[in-house]
Amino acid sequence: MKPSRVPMIVTWAVILFFYLPIVILVANSFNSSRFGGSWESTSLKWYIRLMQEDDIWHALQNTLFIALSATLVSMVLGTSAAFALHRFAGSRLQKLHYSIIYTPLVLPEILMGLSMLLFFVALKVQLGLVTIAIAHVTFCLSYVAMTVLARLQDFDFAIVEAAQDLGAGWWTTVWRVLLPMLAPGILAGGLLAFTLSIDDFVISFFVAGPGSTTLPIKIYSMIKYGAPPLINALSTILLVITFTCVIVSQYLTQQEPKAAK
Amino acid sequence: MSEFLEFQDVSKHYGDVKAVDHVSLTVKQGEFFSLLGPSGCGKTTLLRILAGFEQPDTGRVLLGGEDVTDLPPYERKVNTIFQSYALFPHLSVWDNIAFGLKVAKRPKKEIKEEVAKMLTLIQMEDQAWKKPDQISGGQKQRVAIARALVNKPRVLLLDEPLAALDLKLRQRMLIELDLIHDEVGITFLYVTHDQGEAMSLSDRIAVMKLGKIEQLGTPEEIYEAPRSSFVAAFIGDTNFFDGTVAEPLEKDSVLNGFLAAAVDKDYSRLKIEDFPDLECFNDKQIKEGERVFLSIRPEKMRISRERPATTPHLNIIAGTVEDVIYLGSQTKYWVRTGDYRISIIRQHSRFLLDEKPIRWHEEVWISWHADDGFMLEKYSAQDENLIQLPPEEVGENPPSLNGADLAGSATAQ
Repeated sequence: MKPSRVPMIVTWAVILFFYLPIVILVANSFNSSRFGGSWESTSLKWYIRLMQEDDIWHALQNTLFIALSATLVSMVLGTSAAFALHRFAGSRLQKLHYSIIYTPLVLPEILMGLSMLLFFVALKVQLGLVTIAIAHVTFCLSYVAMTVLARLQDFDFAIVEAAQDLGAGWWTTVWRVLLPMLAPGILAGGLLAFTLSIDDFVISFFVAGPGSTTLPIKIYSMIKYGAPPLINALSTILLVITFTCVIVSQYLTQQEPKAAK
Repeated sequence: MSEFLEFQDVSKHYGDVKAVDHVSLTVKQGEFFSLLGPSGCGKTTLLRILAGFEQPDTGRVLLGGEDVTDLPPYERKVNTIFQSYALFPHLSVWDNIAFGLKVAKRPKKEIKEEVAKMLTLIQMEDQAWKKPDQISGGQKQRVAIARALVNKPRVLLLDEPLAALDLKLRQRMLIELDLIHDEVGITFLYVTHDQGEAMSLSDRIAVMKLGKIEQLGTPEEIYEAPRSSFVAAFIGDTNFFDGTVAEPLEKDSVLNGFLAAAVDKDYSRLKIEDFPDLECFNDKQIKEGERVFLSIRPEKMRISRERPATTPHLNIIAGTVEDVIYLGSQTKYWVRTGDYRISIIRQHSRFLLDEKPIRWHEEVWISWHADDGFMLEKYSAQDENLIQLPPEEVGENPPSLNGADLAGSATAQ
């Protein structure tokens, strides 16, 4: 009997559905025509124009600053949270803690953005880069915590005891054993957080202040003024960064901690 | 040899569970000492207390005369081999072994020399740069040993180190451990639930049950003269018989031509239901009328088709063969006599094929010398579950004793 072709057809349909719009966008970014409808010639014209737009460079700087600081902070906080969740799993406090960490993954962004805005306004905090970064930490942290927690599930804590047994104090154990072993997990979570922060629009939109325009917000406003070819080029660059991060992150999570068995 | 390692009245509770219950114990320098017992007997807790991973509720731990009870694990001159090996997966074999020396900030040259020495000891010079996941289970085990020994610990702690290995490898590592112990001369404290491992390696064994030491002695002492039914059943197989001590034996000795009928306090008669009167060595001087439990190892009994000739102190009873398991070097028989199912092992030291083998349902004679059984005052019915039963009997009540009769003396486990 011949194997059915249906799964193959469905797979291709899904891939087309997901990626055709993106492929068209990427292709158009190399189209020298101003309008997406017709193909003039292949050129890097829009990329060169992009370089000359100071506003975009400024927005990119803002975005990277926010993404990097939010990622670093959430790597530290997320890892600590994961340790607490793992070590004291089962206690009532940690069950609550788990729900609190997990909720941002499913909470509507608009709700988070709005509540954050009200919070900052109530505290009379000047809106700007710092408020966006803090807002990003709230959801980035959850991703780091979940990735590290998964890694801790099959971590053999006898290894920590072994280090102490061999004369390593608390700090040496963390530095020479725990961190190197958990680094792939922490890094994978960090990269995931980084990609999420880079293209976050909704939350950033709520808590942004004057002069703190991020790249997604910039793209949104550019559409209003109507500069599609530039946006195509910009989106393509963003796409490349995101894909790279996701692929590296997946590679890192696939490396199982081997000593577990 | 000095008293080198000392537990003084050590206790440890987890909630309501007494993991270690007022244990006092001394280990001599250079000794291979085993803590043996079923899971939950407190043997691992005791080891972890010495390693410093657990704090005892009461009592002190002394190492070479120095009180180490309150020292953290990294300040104790002891090293542990973990059941899971706990090798550092991100470090090579070489770096794993060097870990302790690096942490102690020893000079680089010394580290190189010491690690090289260890690699030679475990015969893994050519695998030094492999990661733990690239080597076999037995090799991991050897790296774990080297990683501990390179620090020259005063005591090496081994926590079920062979449990994760398959049978063949286990037997090989057993020999290797023994050789390493002979070579380095360090005190070994070995925790295991496997009586075979403990018996073959140890200078002395402490058999533990419910947080207490049930018996302490050399492997021979513990096997030949167990002090309780638990030890008798846990170390090797045995048969238990429920009986009452009767009058001491008369000594029919011919002395200078006179027949002297004297009372021999060394032997007593023993009354067991369904059996003819038996004789048993009574070194504990258990009094007449006391209830006792007679324990006889399967290999100390003879089985024969013909009734053996009566000789002094030979006990002979009749029975019916219920099961025969041929194991090559030996055959295991289960013989029914009254309510008892008696296990007997016969070693085949002569060519077997010329014999007419004993088969199922045959009427046979069982005999043993009075010196080979021993009487126990304490008995706990649960201890008997530790005895190996033939496959079809597993799950039933202990066959060689009527359980109801003894339920009262059973201790909770």
